[in-house]
Amino acid sequence: MSANSDEHTLSAHSYLAEKGFKSWATTLDHKRIGIMYLYTTLLFFFVGGVIALLMRLELLTPGPSMMSDHTYNVLFTMHGNMMIFLFVIPAIPSALGNFFIPLLVGARDVAFPRLNLASYWIFVAGVLVVLGSLLSPMDTGWTFYTPYSAKIATAVTAISFGLFLVGMSSILTGLNFIVTIHKLRTPGMTWYRMPLFIWAMYATSIMQVIATPVVGVTFLLLVAERVLDIGFFDPAKGGDPLLFQHFFWFYSHPAVYIMIIPAMGIISEIIPPFARKPIFGYKAIAYSSLAIAFISFIVWGHHMFVSGMSDVAGAIFSFLTFLVAVPTGVKVFNWIATLYKGSIILDAPMLYALTFIFLFIIGGLTGPFLAALATDVQLHDTYFVVAHFHYTIMGGTVMGYFAGLHYWFPKMTGRMYSEKIAKAAWLFIFLGFNITFLAMFVLGAEGMPRRWAEYPVRFQPLNIVATIGSWLLAAGVVIMFVNLVRSAMRGEMAPGNPWRALTLEWQTPSPPPTENFEEIPEVTDWPYGYGKKAGTGPSPK
Amino acid sequence: MTETNHSTTEHHAPGMEAAKLGIWTFLATEVLLFGGLFTAYTVFRIRYPELFHAEHLKLNRVLGLVNTGILITSSLTMALGIAAIRQGKQKLLQRCLLLTILLAGCFLGVKYLEYSEKFHHGLRPGTNLFFALYFMMTGLHGLHVIGGMAVLAAMLIMARQGRFSEDYHTPVEISGLYWHFVDLVWIYLFPLLYLTG
Repeated sequence: MSANSDEHTLSAHSYLAEKGFKSWATTLDHKRIGIMYLYTTLLFFFVGGVIALLMRLELLTPGPSMMSDHTYNVLFTMHGNMMIFLFVIPAIPSALGNFFIPLLVGARDVAFPRLNLASYWIFVAGVLVVLGSLLSPMDTGWTFYTPYSAKIATAVTAISFGLFLVGMSSILTGLNFIVTIHKLRTPGMTWYRMPLFIWAMYATSIMQVIATPVVGVTFLLLVAERVLDIGFFDPAKGGDPLLFQHFFWFYSHPAVYIMIIPAMGIISEIIPPFARKPIFGYKAIAYSSLAIAFISFIVWGHHMFVSGMSDVAGAIFSFLTFLVAVPTGVKVFNWIATLYKGSIILDAPMLYALTFIFLFIIGGLTGPFLAALATDVQLHDTYFVVAHFHYTIMGGTVMGYFAGLHYWFPKMTGRMYSEKIAKAAWLFIFLGFNITFLAMFVLGAEGMPRRWAEYPVRFQPLNIVATIGSWLLAAGVVIMFVNLVRSAMRGEMAPGNPWRALTLEWQTPSPPPTENFEEIPEVTDWPYGYGKKAGTGPSPK
Repeated sequence: MTETNHSTTEHHAPGMEAAKLGIWTFLATEVLLFGGLFTAYTVFRIRYPELFHAEHLKLNRVLGLVNTGILITSSLTMALGIAAIRQGKQKLLQRCLLLTILLAGCFLGVKYLEYSEKFHHGLRPGTNLFFALYFMMTGLHGLHVIGGMAVLAAMLIMARQGRFSEDYHTPVEISGLYWHFVDLVWIYLFPLLYLTG
């Protein structure tokens, strides 16, 4: 169904047609809500990114140069909080998920459109409270560890409340998606005909719904600790600081899978159309998302190997943590098997998807070093952890997010981005990212502690490398977004299906009409039948 | 479910099934929210059994039992209300909802008496871990009762406007599920806090 011919008549029905603040602020259209999330979360990607650049600048020299140690502590706390809670966690589910889940399952909207709008405004309320807390910014690190966070006189109470609201928004979004995926699939779309992004978002939503309330109650307890003087986490009152860490990581470990699994879903959508091959191991990829979600709930203790947990608990958590590698490996091998003998098209979405696989393998394989008790004692709280985390979350989730942004850009905006500039941006991002974070792996292995504003002189050369890398990375991100913004305004018109992809969002015009589909599409096969006889590939039964 | 009042009539109307799946998912979230507190309770109870025994004696069992009775009765009136509207009895639904709200108010009144008695004796959340748990758990539960009353009041208003019928009463059903959950949490809180040891 090509939309090229009657572009102008279609644009009147486009979801973007209605203008004005009110039409956006009160919209029930999942696509518009997704776009609002996109802009809101991107704001914090930029703020968090600028903060990261400032920190890297400070770390050019071993001693204090442009800021006090306290300011540095505040900055890494803000960087972590904003990037994790306000960007990475909501970025793919709330923004791209909102926009594309109904389209991919052939529905007209999510199950509860008004709840969806409420989620967005709860998110904004949380964001405002978090921003308000910056009047007296805290310096605990994004992990809020007690007893320090319970004692300091900064706005921990406010930011906890703000993040509670952000979490509530996340829960309601996940709930909406679960019901949408269960109840609103188009006729003929059985579970095994669902796109893999939907499987991934299903697993993610389950984690959001089950894990987030635990961090919610943790924040409530932290607030009570400060306001009502209860002593759950205070050893002086018989409480236990470790209990806080258990609570915190019971959410925050699944949270890293809330971040990565949606990105994995995007990769599974991009590789088949850009390799012109059916996805390899559909069921294995689908179930590995659920397996990762399940395992994610029983590994939180690996954040606490040196916190004073018992050795037995440490050994058990270590073993369980190694299990995560299995479903993760299943995904990577299936993607690579899909690429095998494919007709690979190296457009920007595919470049970022391949970058995801490459960087995620490095990030993934450095995980077992931290899962193993003996090496973790050495590497804990060093730059090795920082590098590992950024390889999985920035190299993984954010690259998957970039891949998705480029892949779905024509659908969201109705225009094509400039492929040439996108590739140039990719080169900067790829080089900059690796220069920055490979240096950190070495620094960490040599013993440089993380979260320190100052460091011994012997670490300086590699810190200079990392800082220069951060500039390349930043340049790449800026070029990428300049390209996307420019293209959104005056790129050439996009056809309905520029990638010749088979999932349902491409079978409707770009940008989609408010109702998504003129007629609800009926599905008779899985969406990965690529190859010479397109549409006739073998589907799993 | 033809009468769904959603302004987005063009979209799929969230039917009874979707709404039920939604509320059950939400209740799963609520279980995990309280789960944190129950975990803390378990940890500290195992660590300080004597403290828990000594302190729980300071709670007023009679008032606790009365409140348990009140909440269970309110669950009954809620269930009767749903049964009524399933048969299209609108007046009965309104009466049942009103009764449920009143019973919830009684529960909070008794809770207020208990809290002020505790404060009067100098027992505060910061006193010791048992009372920290007592106030956090019953406090969070109390907030849920207040939230439940707000939801039920909204249901009552909608019922008075004649929005519900034999064919369409999804909001009443899901509010009922929520209310039973609030009741159920108390069923656990009462023995754990008042009857410890």
